[in-house]
Amino acid sequence: MRFNRYKQARLAVAAACLAASPALFAAGTGNVYVSSEDDDLVTVFDGQSMDRIDTIAVSERPRWLAFSPDHKKLYVACGDDDSIDVIDVEQGKVVDRLTDIDDPEIFAIGPDGRHLYISNEDDAQFTIYDIDAKKAVTRIDVGQEPEGVLVTPDGKTAYVTSEVANMVHRVNLDSHEIEANIVVGNRPRRFALSADGNTLWVTNELSGSVSLIDTQTNEVSDTIEFKPQGFRPEDVTPVGIKLSEDGQSAFVTLGRANHVAFVNAKTHAVEDYVLVGDRAWGIAQSRDGKQLYITNGLSDDMSIVDIAAHKTLRSVPAGRVPHSVVIDTLAE
Amino acid sequence: MLPSPAVAQQNLEKFDLGYIGWNDDPRYSPARMQREYQGEPWGRPVAGARVAIDEARFPGIAAGVKFGLDEKLVSNTREVLDTVRRMRDSGARFILLDLPAGTVSRVAAEFAGDDLTLFNVAAHDDRLRGAHCQANLLHTIPSDAMRNDALAQYLVSRQWKNVLLLVGPESADKVLARSFERSAKRFGLNITGTRAFVLGNNPREREHNNPKLLTSGVDYDAVYIADTQGEFARNANFAIQKPRPVVGSGGLVPQAWHWAWTRHGARQLNNRLEKKADRHMTAYDWAAWVAVKAVVEAVQRTDSTDYAKLAAYIRGDEINLDGFKGYRMGFRDWDGQLRQPMLLGSGNWVVARAPLEGFLHPDNYLDTLGFDPRESACKLATDHKGA
Repeated sequence: MRFNRYKQARLAVAAACLAASPALFAAGTGNVYVSSEDDDLVTVFDGQSMDRIDTIAVSERPRWLAFSPDHKKLYVACGDDDSIDVIDVEQGKVVDRLTDIDDPEIFAIGPDGRHLYISNEDDAQFTIYDIDAKKAVTRIDVGQEPEGVLVTPDGKTAYVTSEVANMVHRVNLDSHEIEANIVVGNRPRRFALSADGNTLWVTNELSGSVSLIDTQTNEVSDTIEFKPQGFRPEDVTPVGIKLSEDGQSAFVTLGRANHVAFVNAKTHAVEDYVLVGDRAWGIAQSRDGKQLYITNGLSDDMSIVDIAAHKTLRSVPAGRVPHSVVIDTLAE
Repeated sequence: MLPSPAVAQQNLEKFDLGYIGWNDDPRYSPARMQREYQGEPWGRPVAGARVAIDEARFPGIAAGVKFGLDEKLVSNTREVLDTVRRMRDSGARFILLDLPAGTVSRVAAEFAGDDLTLFNVAAHDDRLRGAHCQANLLHTIPSDAMRNDALAQYLVSRQWKNVLLLVGPESADKVLARSFERSAKRFGLNITGTRAFVLGNNPREREHNNPKLLTSGVDYDAVYIADTQGEFARNANFAIQKPRPVVGSGGLVPQAWHWAWTRHGARQLNNRLEKKADRHMTAYDWAAWVAVKAVVEAVQRTDSTDYAKLAAYIRGDEINLDGFKGYRMGFRDWDGQLRQPMLLGSGNWVVARAPLEGFLHPDNYLDTLGFDPRESACKLATDHKGA
C-alpha cells in the first residue's frame, strides 16, 4: 500500500520535472553561497565581483549545502536545530524546514531530487529521507561518526565515510544494504568521484592523505600523502576535495596546514601547495573553471585562488566559522 | 557479486579483550563518585572500553572478527592472577587493568614472557614507566610526569614561575609531589616553599589544615596541591591567602581527558560515553577506550588476529591512533607509555592543551611530556640511550 503511494508520487514528480525542463537548463546565476556555523547565516556573493549581495538567516549551526538538481532550492544542514532548511534560490530565503533529522552534518541529494542521503553523526546511521513526504524512508546502521556522503550520478549507490571505523561504506540504494566496507586511512571525511565513475577519492583527516578507491573492485588502489614544508604531521588534516571540471586536477584542502594541495589527477603527484586561510575545509570551483573558493573556518573568510597562477588572489569575509561553499551553476 | 557483509557477519571469529578491576575499590564508592573530584574517576573506566567495543563493530566485520569484552571484578591479588590466567587460557591476549600500581606491577611480572599484553588504564605512578617497567605492560593513562610537565609548560607560558607546593599526608601525595618537583626543575619553575597539609578543623593543627595560613608568609604565582584524595585541593581553590591560581589536584588540573573538550570529534565521543554510562567521561574512561582502540586499529591495519603481529604493530612506529585530541598517537618503545596530549581542565572548561606552543622536541613534540628516552630509568630504553 505504502509502496504504491510512494511510486505514484515519484511518477508525479518525474512528470512535473519534464514539464518544467525548458526553464531548468539555464546557466544559473553564478552566485556563490557560503554557510557559516556560528552566526547561522548563508552569505551570497556575486560570482563576478565577489561582492556580498545577500545574507540569508537559517536555523542553528548551518554546515553542508547542496542544490536541488534544478537549482531552484538550496538545502542547508543545520545541526544544532536538527533540521535541513530549504532556501528558495530566487526568493533568497528559507521557505521550508525538514525537521527531526538528528544532528545532520553532511548529506547528498539524489539525481531525482526527491531524496536526501544524510549522515547522522551522533547515531551512527545513514538516513534516506523523502523530501516530499518529509520523513525518513529508512535508516541504516553504519560505523561511528558517519560524515561524507556521495551518491553516484545514476542514483544507485551511496558512499558514506565513518570517521571512527576508518572506512567507507558502499550502500546499495535499491536494497538499502551495505555492499562493502572499505578500509581507508584514519578519520575519513569527504569524497570526490571521477567523471568516469571508476575512482572514488576520499580524504583522511588524521592520516594526512587521500585514499583512491577503485569502484569496480572496492579496493584502495592508491594513497596520496600530503607533506607541505614546515608543518607538523598532525596539522596536515585534509578534509575538502574537488576534482577539476576538466578532470586534470584534484584540489584538497589541508585544514590546519592552511594550504590547498594541487594534485595531478592522472599521475596522483602532488604538484603544489597554495597558501589559503586558517583551517581550510570547504571548496568549490568557479563556473569558468579558473578559480577555487575555499572556506577558512578559523579565519572567518573565503580564499579566492587563481588555479593557473597557483596563487590566492584575495580573501573575503564570509561569516563566523564559514563551513561550506557552493556555486549556483547549471550545466548548459 | 560482492560478498555481503550481512552474510559475512555470521562467520565472525570471536575476539575478546579482558578487563579486571577491584570489587570494593574505594575510588568508586558512591559518595566519592558523587563529589566528582577533578582528575579522579567518576565511575569505572570499563564504560570507556564498552564504548570502544561498540565502535569496533564495523572494523570487526571488515576484518572478520567480533570484538567483545570479558569483564571481571576481583577481591585480591590472587584472584587477579587467577583471572588473568583464565582469560589467557580462553584466548584473550589483551587485558585492561584498572588496578593500583603495585598490583599492576605484580601481574606484569607474573606473566612475563607470555603472549599477553596488559594495559594499565588507571595508575599514574611514574615508577611503572621507570624502574619497574615491563615489556608486556603498556600504559594508556598518562604518567604523573606527563601530567605535571603539561602543567609546568602552562605555568612557564604564563610566566607564573614561582610555585608554592602543598603536599598531603598520603604516600601517594608525596610521590605526586616528587613528580612535580621533577617537572618544575625540567621547565625552570621555582618552588618557593613546600608545606604539608592535613584535613580537618582541629584548631591545634591550623597551621596545616587551614588553606589561608598554609599559604601565608611566602611569595608565589601559583599554588600546586599534591592531593590524591581530592578533598583538600577542591576546598583550597579561592581559599588561599593571595589572589593566585591553584593548580595540580585542584583548580587547573592536567588530565588525559575532559568532558568539556569539544574539538577533534570529542563532542561525539563524550556523547557516546554519556549515553552508555549516564555520566561525564573522565581520563580513566578515555584510557580504557583508547586501549581497546589500539587493539582494534592493529587488527584493522594488519588484517590479522595473530598475536605477534598485533603486539608488534601496537608497539611500532607505524600506528596512528586517533585519540580525539588532535595528534597522532603511538606507544613509546622505551617504556610502553602512550604518547598523548594533556588537557588542562578547570571545572567545566579546557583551558589549554599541552604540549604548548614553543615547547619543542627533536623527535616528537608529544615527547616534551613525560620521560623521553634519555631520561627514562626503564630498561626497555637501553637501545635509545646509546643513540
